[in-house]
Amino acid sequence: MLTVAGFGAVAIAVCVVAPLVGATSISLARVFDRSIAFADNVDAQVFFVARLPRVLAAVLVGGSFAVAGVVFQAFLRNPLASPDTLGVSSGATLGAVVVITFHIDTAFRGVSPVPVASFAGSAGALGVVYLMSVARRRGTSSTVLLLGGVALSAFLGALNRLVQVVGDYTDVFRSLRWMMGSLDVGSYTDIVVPLVPMIAALAAIATLPRVLDLVSLGEPAAESRGVDVKNAERVALISASLLTGSAVSIGGPVPFVGIIVPHMVRLIVGADHRLVLPGALLFGGSFLVVCDLVARTAFGPVGMPVGAVTALIGGPFFLWLLFRKFR
Amino acid sequence: MLAAERVSFAYESAAPLVVSDVTVAVRRGEIVGLLGPNGSGKTTMLRLLAGTLTPTRGAVRIGDAPLSTLSRRELARRIAVVPQETHSAFDFSALEIVMMGRYPHLGAFELEGADDLAIARDALAATGTAALESRQFATLSGGEKQRVVIASALAQAAEILLLDEPTASLDLGFQLDVASLLAQLNRDRGVTMVVSTHDLNLAASLCTTLVLLKAGRVIASGTTRDVLTQAHVRELYGVDADVALHPRAGHLTVVPLGRAQ
Repeated sequence: MLTVAGFGAVAIAVCVVAPLVGATSISLARVFDRSIAFADNVDAQVFFVARLPRVLAAVLVGGSFAVAGVVFQAFLRNPLASPDTLGVSSGATLGAVVVITFHIDTAFRGVSPVPVASFAGSAGALGVVYLMSVARRRGTSSTVLLLGGVALSAFLGALNRLVQVVGDYTDVFRSLRWMMGSLDVGSYTDIVVPLVPMIAALAAIATLPRVLDLVSLGEPAAESRGVDVKNAERVALISASLLTGSAVSIGGPVPFVGIIVPHMVRLIVGADHRLVLPGALLFGGSFLVVCDLVARTAFGPVGMPVGAVTALIGGPFFLWLLFRKFR
Repeated sequence: MLAAERVSFAYESAAPLVVSDVTVAVRRGEIVGLLGPNGSGKTTMLRLLAGTLTPTRGAVRIGDAPLSTLSRRELARRIAVVPQETHSAFDFSALEIVMMGRYPHLGAFELEGADDLAIARDALAATGTAALESRQFATLSGGEKQRVVIASALAQAAEILLLDEPTASLDLGFQLDVASLLAQLNRDRGVTMVVSTHDLNLAASLCTTLVLLKAGRVIASGTTRDVLTQAHVRELYGVDADVALHPRAGHLTVVPLGRAQ
């Protein structure tokens, strides 16, 4: 419990500190100085308008990927499962790449169609996942579900490359940038809309921690202890897919967070999902804020896609955790 | 207290019956053995008794209530299941595994209280695994794992324990440990059990009543002494065996001699 509270404290700290860092240096005291009007307070404007939306986007995207990863890993009983495993990320990517390549991405009333298309793409993949889970109730194993996801992922990835071949050089470059992930949101509007499905999915997942514990012992074990596995599986897969889709629509398919953060959290708090789920939400969020901070500051004014940084920082950190544990 | 009445089951509507017209009655305090060759429907029968499968025909009742009228949670408060083997995808401790048995007694957001912890510790003590409490489940030996899983089923505080080949993957020492643990739980706590097994000597030493299944049908049922005979062993397994009361063990023993001609 204390560790999860620690994760919470870290999350709040990074949300306050991260917006202070950047090309223009600002002071925390001035940001919250009520004696200066907001219109005259440049520091507060930089903090709240220019940087905080991006930090919040990072919290939401990181937390969502990490929680979705926890749920997929428990339900598929496979530590290598991740939000990408069932093809939801590939679906989202395909949606975005189609819109970019065929130039149907002119903003409509200030809303860019790229996130909308990526969300639609993930919803399409989610439909297939749902059908697979229905088919699974007729006796196929979770391994089949996993294989189906891998196949769907590969198929959507192939379509995605096919679309890119059609595009010209700049389209492909834009697509590539998008696929590496970027949290460069323009305003709060960009994160408020996906927040709705995210909150719904998180609320559904909040009912599941004990179920996830039991399901990780196997379906018969869970059933005999009173879990309605069929129902729980549907809620879990749909919620986790919804989280993935919303997160991808904000930040692109940021790699690594969904597969490794759950394991980082388990190495720290243990296997109990009542600790792992909130831990993953908070730690995943903080982790991505830090990665994004590095991405936008460490490489000069150009900045780096956050997707390139997650594995750069997370890989060695995860290996360190592993070695510390098994030394 | 748990009774299957003329139960039949097929996995799909057009498929052949896996269990056909089976009647089993389990009385309070009994240990019922389910014997039969591979593919005879033992595991399916256990799942029907546990309520995780619904019979195609016939009904399973606990007390007066058909299992189909009870929710999964209600069922789990009355019937606990010990599978043949348990693997965890993540690193749970033995105590955490046992605490999972409390799931059907807790509300959706309710945390385990001191009572639940006391029940779990008591279950660990009853299965001789108290010292393993904080060990990682995955690092335990086969016999230790099986006893922890039995503790988890005890923590469920159900009236009936269903065990699917509980000694199948254990060496001789652990087989004896698990068998004497089951006998002791039955004697001291009055736990009613249904045990499916291939180990005829285990069944002979442990079970008061046997049900013999072949190709999904009951070929004999009754007290162990009446049912465990040379003729039935031959009919079930196609094996000639010597079945005799062992003077020192105090129960029937089965020594296979060869394939029946």
